[in-house]
Amino acid sequence: MTGPLHMLGASHRTAPVEIREKIAVSPERTATLYEGLRNIRGLNEFAVLNTCNRVEIYAVAPEPEVREKVLDFVSDFHRFDRETLLKYSAWKENEDAVSHLFEVASGVDSLVVGEAEILGQVKESYEEARRHACMGPVLNRLFQKSFQAAKWTRTHTGIGRGQVSVGSVAVDLAGKIFGDLERCRILVLGAGEIAERTIVNLKNRGARSVTLSNRTFERAGELAGKLEGTVLRFEQFKRALGDFDIVIGSTAASAPVITRKEAEEIMHHRPLQPIFLIDLAVPRDFDPEIAQVDNIFLYNIDDLSQIADANRSAREGEIRHCREVLERKARHVWKHLRLRAPAQRQPKSVQARIVGEVGH
Amino acid sequence: MTLFLQMDDRAWIAAGNAVYAVAFVFALFGVLRSRQHSRLLLFTIVASGFILQTTGLYMRGLETRSCPLGNPFEIIQFVVWSLIVIYMAVGPAFRMSLLGFFSAGLAAVLGILSLIVPEWDAVRRESFLGDNVWIELHASMAIFSYGAFGVLALTSLMYLLQNHSLKRKKLEGVFGFLPSLYQLEHMNFRLLVLGIVILSGSILIGAQYWLRDPDAVNPAKLLITTAIWFAYVSVLVLRVRKTLISRPLAWVCIALFFVALLSIPTVSAGSRPMVEQTASASTIFRAFQGVLDE
Repeated sequence: MTGPLHMLGASHRTAPVEIREKIAVSPERTATLYEGLRNIRGLNEFAVLNTCNRVEIYAVAPEPEVREKVLDFVSDFHRFDRETLLKYSAWKENEDAVSHLFEVASGVDSLVVGEAEILGQVKESYEEARRHACMGPVLNRLFQKSFQAAKWTRTHTGIGRGQVSVGSVAVDLAGKIFGDLERCRILVLGAGEIAERTIVNLKNRGARSVTLSNRTFERAGELAGKLEGTVLRFEQFKRALGDFDIVIGSTAASAPVITRKEAEEIMHHRPLQPIFLIDLAVPRDFDPEIAQVDNIFLYNIDDLSQIADANRSAREGEIRHCREVLERKARHVWKHLRLRAPAQRQPKSVQARIVGEVGH
Repeated sequence: MTLFLQMDDRAWIAAGNAVYAVAFVFALFGVLRSRQHSRLLLFTIVASGFILQTTGLYMRGLETRSCPLGNPFEIIQFVVWSLIVIYMAVGPAFRMSLLGFFSAGLAAVLGILSLIVPEWDAVRRESFLGDNVWIELHASMAIFSYGAFGVLALTSLMYLLQNHSLKRKKLEGVFGFLPSLYQLEHMNFRLLVLGIVILSGSILIGAQYWLRDPDAVNPAKLLITTAIWFAYVSVLVLRVRKTLISRPLAWVCIALFFVALLSIPTVSAGSRPMVEQTASASTIFRAFQGVLDE
């Protein structure tokens, strides 16, 4: 039996990146895709979920033939033959489609399990579909319920707990030390790529004051311009160290640029305020002995990677629990949704039974 | 309804303490499963325990016709009550995660401990200056400050745990839910100031009576109370001068609270056994029940 609710899509679970990049829908082509779907007779409602790792079409169509029409259209749209499309895509119906959207919105089905950005992308896709006036009672309700399911999952399970990239782990740790990052002053030694990403993460979490110091003054100036920071001459940074709450080391120096003695001296001047040292350099920029100094928290690249790995494992450990809960929620939601969905071609007795089940 | 009316003050207090224990177990369950418990639900459970305990203390107050601070049991229960009042004021305002968990835990442990030692509630004592309102205020403020110092001990413990987790790079489990060091450090300072202000107020009121009649006050009680006040003020001065900070400060705050708790039997012994028993609250409640039955 084919159901009235369908999901046709490809993601990192079904297709390799070479295929995904071919079926990705650019913003310019989105309108064409919507227009094409609108022209398919019997497609009552539809929405396109389009992110960097997945393209999925959610549709409500009571007639079984519509499935063939959608496949034909999507094959044409992407200039794929039907067999290739079917090979690299998934087709889900009814309760399975509901459950799938819940998993997608909750980050359970994401490449980086538990990532929070996906919920925003699902919301954007929902708004886009609404702008194209192709949503109806079933998809509207389905998407709203998926937002609720995602929120529940993030609040009540560990799927989104802990960060899984080095930069995000560093930001998380800064939050554990300082709480609000808005008042934190950040000094970056060197101008490495990971340091740059870490600064972006810190700024996204509210950090405002960023100072860069590099042996090549011009390089520091370039990065400061890009990150809206200020520049400090490398020869002067030691004198100013006590003014900073977070110091990121990413120089190419062959020996530590800050020693334990220097760190102790800094803390003598700011005993109440902790310092967070993030050592992203190899060889290390900060003497490991600094970790013994009270109120200084020193993390090197290995420490951050280990935390990211542990968080990733913990998130993956939560997948099973999340799936069980989301399946239960999907079953419940589908019981109500199928009453909103247009009647399929099936005997009246079956429809009566469905109504009876929901009534109970 | 009948069951509630038949309960005496001690039973109400015990029920309140049991609810604190339930709140602690509820939060502990979340912590052990590494899931964030509902703060609202935890607050509601603790508030329910608070209502039960307050009812018991109120009935005890009706019985003694004073603030119930006549023996170690009553004093500990009043410390627990104060601790919960401060948690209910501070917890939601500053959104301090896990403070409810620790507060409910300490309240349950202290409360149940005071219930299982019958000797602590065997003799009810009267205040050494009779039913003078000011001296009652003095006593209740002193014990209320212990509640503030109790919460300070808890936030200090949370500070130590967070510091340990960040230093040892162990961030999973309970450590993942702790507030930031900055928030805990600021909360410790505020609670230290709050406790000292209340205790100072209490000592100032008590001093008025002591100056008039020095023999009325047990010297041991006077010495201990003053020593505790002096210790906390010294900690505050050292903290302001940035001499005692971070982990040493947290350890001292925890140790001082335990010293304050251990001093309770001595402080309690400073009161005289009650000479005249007034109409008991249980008797009043039973009379009320009789009216209902009719």
